[in-house]
Amino acid sequence: MTATPLTRTQGAGRAGDKIFSGAALAAGCLILAVLFGVALFLVVQAIPALTAPAAEIQGGAGFFAYIWPIVIGTLIAAVIALVIATPIAIGVALFISHFAPRGLAAGLGYVVDLLAAIPSVVYGAWGATFLAGQISPAYNWLAQNMGWLPIFQGPASATGKTILTAGIVLAVMVLPIITSLSREIFLQTPKLHEEAALALGATRWEMIKMSVLPFARPGIISAVMLGLGRALGETMAVALVLSSGALTASLIQSGNQTIAAEIALNFPEASGLKVSTLIAAGLVLFIITLAVNMIARWIITRHKEFSGAN
Amino acid sequence: MTSTLTPVRSKRSALTKGQLPKYAPYVVLAAALILGAAVLALVGFNAFGWGVVSAILFAIGLVSWSAAVEGSRKAKDKLATCLVVGSFLVALLPLVSVIWTVLVNGIPGLLTPGFLSSSMNGVTGVYDRRAVEEGAPVLGGIYHALLGTVEITLLATVISVPVGLLTAIYLVEYGRDGRLARAITFFVDVMTGIPSIVAGLFAAAFFFAVVGPGTKTGAVAAVALSVLMIPVVVRSSEEMLKIVPNELREAAYALGVRKWRTIVKVVIPTAISGIASGVTLAIARVIGETAPILVTAGFATSINSNVFSGWMASLPTFIYTQILNPTSPANPDPSSQRAWGAALVLIILVMILNLGARLIARVFAPKTGR
Repeated sequence: MTATPLTRTQGAGRAGDKIFSGAALAAGCLILAVLFGVALFLVVQAIPALTAPAAEIQGGAGFFAYIWPIVIGTLIAAVIALVIATPIAIGVALFISHFAPRGLAAGLGYVVDLLAAIPSVVYGAWGATFLAGQISPAYNWLAQNMGWLPIFQGPASATGKTILTAGIVLAVMVLPIITSLSREIFLQTPKLHEEAALALGATRWEMIKMSVLPFARPGIISAVMLGLGRALGETMAVALVLSSGALTASLIQSGNQTIAAEIALNFPEASGLKVSTLIAAGLVLFIITLAVNMIARWIITRHKEFSGAN
Repeated sequence: MTSTLTPVRSKRSALTKGQLPKYAPYVVLAAALILGAAVLALVGFNAFGWGVVSAILFAIGLVSWSAAVEGSRKAKDKLATCLVVGSFLVALLPLVSVIWTVLVNGIPGLLTPGFLSSSMNGVTGVYDRRAVEEGAPVLGGIYHALLGTVEITLLATVISVPVGLLTAIYLVEYGRDGRLARAITFFVDVMTGIPSIVAGLFAAAFFFAVVGPGTKTGAVAAVALSVLMIPVVVRSSEEMLKIVPNELREAAYALGVRKWRTIVKVVIPTAISGIASGVTLAIARVIGETAPILVTAGFATSINSNVFSGWMASLPTFIYTQILNPTSPANPDPSSQRAWGAALVLIILVMILNLGARLIARVFAPKTGR
């Protein structure tokens, strides 16, 4: 745009072209620089925590002893969320793509997208004030009847603010992601495969089992991985819902903590080495989610090449 | 009911083997509802339990009837249909419950006089205790948080849109599947998955290193939100630029128009409706982000309209702090009333942005000749 007054001469249009393409290139490189910067600045700010003597880190046993319980807690919460959300999300996606009447399908898809539009802090507030209270009788029942399982060991939390509640809220939040991605892949199933199955006398379920699910399997796996990435990094649901504590095996007692919630709860008041410790924890979270997301994207691209060859 | 139908089946040949009558699902549904109500009446009735028990009874009834009359393949099909429809209904439960909770708790807060026009400056636990014990009106509002949200989001938009749009232009018009373009596409995808709190930590770490430790302002939060927003803008703009027909570009080139003039005057105007709605959706996504603002802008109780200095409140962090640390810890009710009021305002904002995006896409869509 800066070259506008010069466009009368021959060379100026070329200059405009150069400036514009240069700006576009710079913007693209800026994105790479930002991602690189995210990693760089996190590492630089985290180094004091990684090199500090063990006694000065919170807990007094070094950074590794500080980080591993919350890494495990993060994984527990994310796994609970996925175990609940994956079957439901696949069911919803199948319902919208293959079961619902054609006219309704688009509207129903929009309803599921509404779930994604609600801000995470509202889910957190809902989980803390409504869901936790409603679900605590169920935890009592689990503690009394299934207490022999380590994960349901009593006494159950009276407030219901446990890692299982946090996992359920997380499941609600990752559900729309897995649903919309797998729905798109279900719709891409070659129509000829579906019609061939139906023509051979398959019922609708057999058609889905024989043609849709085998075609969509890589897509479903990557959708679940992307949901996992979101569940690992989600902060507010856990920070508001979970009354945190030390790592425990029982899902229905208060306890456990996730990286994101640990950062959100402590960062605003932190100073000095504590800031470095929390940024180092953020770096660990960044590396975990980066790995999960890159694997998911890699599966998608491989799948794209495969379906392009058909 | 199955026992009466079994002998009928055995008399028929395999080809004419019976199908369930058309009314079968309705009969089973009615039976399941009645039976469910009866079971629940024994242990104490509640609507949620009634729905769950009836749904399970319906599935069992329909599948076993179908297995008896139609055979195992049709029964499996019925079971799959029940599970798929059931999963959709289960997915609707939290949506309905969240919206209901926000409406019921939020409307009293929103209707309090001065809720939208006052801040939390000077509102202490004393006033909240008075509100609970003596029925005095609940003081305090969300003006400062609303102002902060609008300013931070605007600044984030101002940063993200040029960068995101130019990147999309590079990818579609200049990059054309080069190595750099593929790298950018890949890393934009990876950026979409950055946890929001890590984006916040990045902005905080960046400003700590560049400006000085403990720098927390609205601008830092805007940078954090931009990190989350740029990939969304890039993806949606890229999709929109890709579907601009190549004939338009070629017609412009044939008239001797420079490439950059073609992009500015032909390509972008054609795609502007999609780009605008993509940007609106990106704003809707970041306006509800809590964690990055929490670690970059802190929380304030008074009005601060300068994004470049001082801590700043925002709607999400307002909700978070009011619920987690009520103004008066002994009387949390006024705080939770304010939090739900703010949540209702936030959801209304997000819904308006979502609907606005759809409207923009429809109104400004280019007229296609074909």
